[in-house]
Amino acid sequence: MKLIYERSQPGRRASAIPRPEGLARAEVPEELRRTEPPRLPEVPEFELVRHFTELSSRNFGVDTGFYPLGSCTMKYNPRINERLVGLPGFAFLHPLQEEEGAQGALELEWRLQEILTEVTGLDAVSLQPAAGSQGEITGLMLVRAYFADRGELEQRRKVVIPDTAHGTNPASVTMTGFELTPVKTDPRGNVDVDDLRGKVDENTAALMLTNPSTLGLFDENIEEIEKIFHGAGALMYYDGANLNAVCGISRPGDMGFDIVHINLHKTFSQPHGGGGPGGGPVAVRKMLEPFLPVPAVVRKADGTFGLDYDRPKSIGKVRGFTGPFGVFVRSYAYMRMYGPQLRDMSEAAVLNANYVLARLKGAYDLLFDRLCMHEFVLSARNLKRDHNATALDVAKRLMDYGFHPPTVYFPLIVPEALMIEPTETETKETLDAFCEAMLAIAREAAEDVQLLKDAPHDRPVRRLDEVRAAKNPVVKYGFESHPVLEAEHTPA
Amino acid sequence: MTHPFLALTDRDREEMLRTIGVSSVDELFRDLPEGVRFRRALDLEPALSEQELSAHLAELAGRNADTTHELSFLGAGIYDHYVPAVVDTVLQRGEFLTAYTPYQPEMSQGVLQSIFEYQTAICELTGMDVSNASGYDGETVTADACYIVKHATGKTKVVVTEATNPQVRQVIKTYAPGFGLEIVEVPHRGGTTDPDDVRRAAEGAAAVIFQQPNFFGCLEPAPELAAAAADAEALAVAHVDPLSLGVLEAPGRYGCAIALGEGQAAGNLMSYGGPHYGFLAARQEFIRRMPGRIVGETVDIAGERGYVLTLQTREQHIRREKATSNITTNQTLLALGGLVYLTWLGPQGLREVGEACLDLAELAKQRLQERGLELVFPDRPTFKEFAVRVGRNARDVVRDARAQGVHPGYALGRDYEGMDDVLLVAVTEKRTPAEIDRLAEVLAEVAA
Repeated sequence: MKLIYERSQPGRRASAIPRPEGLARAEVPEELRRTEPPRLPEVPEFELVRHFTELSSRNFGVDTGFYPLGSCTMKYNPRINERLVGLPGFAFLHPLQEEEGAQGALELEWRLQEILTEVTGLDAVSLQPAAGSQGEITGLMLVRAYFADRGELEQRRKVVIPDTAHGTNPASVTMTGFELTPVKTDPRGNVDVDDLRGKVDENTAALMLTNPSTLGLFDENIEEIEKIFHGAGALMYYDGANLNAVCGISRPGDMGFDIVHINLHKTFSQPHGGGGPGGGPVAVRKMLEPFLPVPAVVRKADGTFGLDYDRPKSIGKVRGFTGPFGVFVRSYAYMRMYGPQLRDMSEAAVLNANYVLARLKGAYDLLFDRLCMHEFVLSARNLKRDHNATALDVAKRLMDYGFHPPTVYFPLIVPEALMIEPTETETKETLDAFCEAMLAIAREAAEDVQLLKDAPHDRPVRRLDEVRAAKNPVVKYGFESHPVLEAEHTPA
Repeated sequence: MTHPFLALTDRDREEMLRTIGVSSVDELFRDLPEGVRFRRALDLEPALSEQELSAHLAELAGRNADTTHELSFLGAGIYDHYVPAVVDTVLQRGEFLTAYTPYQPEMSQGVLQSIFEYQTAICELTGMDVSNASGYDGETVTADACYIVKHATGKTKVVVTEATNPQVRQVIKTYAPGFGLEIVEVPHRGGTTDPDDVRRAAEGAAAVIFQQPNFFGCLEPAPELAAAAADAEALAVAHVDPLSLGVLEAPGRYGCAIALGEGQAAGNLMSYGGPHYGFLAARQEFIRRMPGRIVGETVDIAGERGYVLTLQTREQHIRREKATSNITTNQTLLALGGLVYLTWLGPQGLREVGEACLDLAELAKQRLQERGLELVFPDRPTFKEFAVRVGRNARDVVRDARAQGVHPGYALGRDYEGMDDVLLVAVTEKRTPAEIDRLAEVLAEVAA
């Protein structure tokens, strides 16, 4: 389909900008004035709407169908939240409005903090980080500040991360000036405690752990791990990407974690928007509270709400203002519609995952044969070995059946990984249809592997040449000199 | 128990448990050590129905003084610009709203192509070669730029002008220790930055960051600042207002290596500070140092044009501890709002919005001066914001003006020493001459 720039004709426009009658013209000094206008699209309003509607028809969301993308918690996003976030008192509120003029917003933020402390089992929350990965950075900055305050920062350089971790964890470690210490996974899919013991000492700053892990397994040795880290004077950081498994069932604070980030766009239903926005609040134990970002949202003695900038030990600011407020409105609304029933949410997520796992584990390999939590990781290595069908082929063929594929090739320790997270918001009929498709694909691999290799057949595009995209990057429209790419392969 | 967002019936549950081979839902959690199990109910208020929830949030929203209820001249980084209905229409399409990051391109051509179109629009606005798919906000993309310039130059000092948004400066200072960077500030002289000061400070620095228009609303001698950075062999990084770029020169045209900024003004509602998008664009030579997602054009096996996430070897999921950034989730939906807005404007509309802001701000300056108020930097040209002296503590002036239904602006003393009696007044195209008269009237009354 055309790019919006290819629908453009000089002289057309969608906007009419009001101009008060008689308003005098002011001049920008010539040396600062724009010399050539930007080539933005020139289209009438109805062309704009048609273009973006057509684009949307070439995209698949949770609203379109089942989206079991592991580690992403693609659950239903309630529509009421979209209406609430658009209330003028929220949508048209300036972030620098005086506290007296923002009491409703501040109370919402404070209430959300209170809910998150209860769900995580910790003492204090900052809502400021913009996403999970920024929550990680914030968490590690807190680790820095905590040890700097104790005079131990020079010594404590190492952050321990299991080999199953999200790539964000090691990247966050580097960006906060720490050094990475990887730790292995044991044969049951837990952190290898023996490997760990040899690696944790007085130079260790922290552990970063996702529990349940990216394998979808709850670490059975979590109490032992807690003793090892706290025994060495190190802190424990919980990557909350998988919190959807344990709400009301087990709390990170009770597991011994000192710092937790929460992905509001996963567990608490902020729609993911094709790649954001997210929200990554950080919850901490009492001794870390003084280091949280400013401003803190507080309830004052008189019952009103305010912003506290007077935190001399604070790490500073990681983002503008108090954080992505619209995300808070949606997640707060979502949590209020569950209340203590959040436990039912997590139980349903775990039940759905175990059901799909039970139905599929005969047809695909399973490296760690245990009950799973909210997600699980299969391996297509049996299909690859026997029929030369890869995890990617399975993923692409699933599209023909009308499903979004699972996460593939992650975690890295599972060959031909298919990471499946059904979430709680699916009917048994949908889960069954997905299982039938996965089982059918395993049979197709044996009978006619080309069917998988050629997939997808019915999407707006076939498989794309990603190597070529990276080799000679075309990352914007080139107007009159835009290249016309041609296929290097003949279609199958 | 049934919940509107859950689906399993008792019978479903029984069948599923039988298939799994366990007798109860509790048994699914048998791997959890006893000591870490949560033994009580979450201490949260009971679940609300949608109707009850709506009433509760309407009550909270009703206790905020938003710009549909209060005449506002508050800016300082976030602005009350008009956002057209087509932005809502597109952003509420469930196929965009409820999709994840486009890891599977065949399922995500809509999002991928829109990001490609967004990258093009940002490059056109800024005069740069390459844009990423967005960052969190204007603050964090500046921190991203610090990481880029450190690794591009190997130098560990970054210069930022004091007239740059204080929150931006605070965020980069928060990131700096982890990055191994020292942040040095250059003071302003009479509202703008002196190129000679920049030249001196930039000695041995990786980059110079300045804001155009700056935090006081004044137009910096931006080409001279970029040239001063170049004299010291430092990269120039411009933090720009996207809505100014129909009337102000593109940073790519005066020698900047990186152009970035807060996207909110272009297509996002203020929403008490977010979510919005930060944009980040650079010259071609930095393409492999860019943080976050970048979309590229390619073809499928049948020769059909399509779009994919590209240059992913920069990213954390491949490169892990050697990645150019840890970012994954960015602000795609808000950036889409930006693209729709810029498409709605077109080049002509962008210039007209910029001119309307410029002209209305000039009118406001005049009206306030007519009422005896004094501009703090009278000789400096401005864009849509300016600093005015109110003769007593500006926070008190804000309070008293609000009592009359007008929010007159931002008290600059919150960030700058010696400016306790200074108000930063923002005028967008949404303000009318009559509203400006009202501001002048109220300020004349409450200022000393």
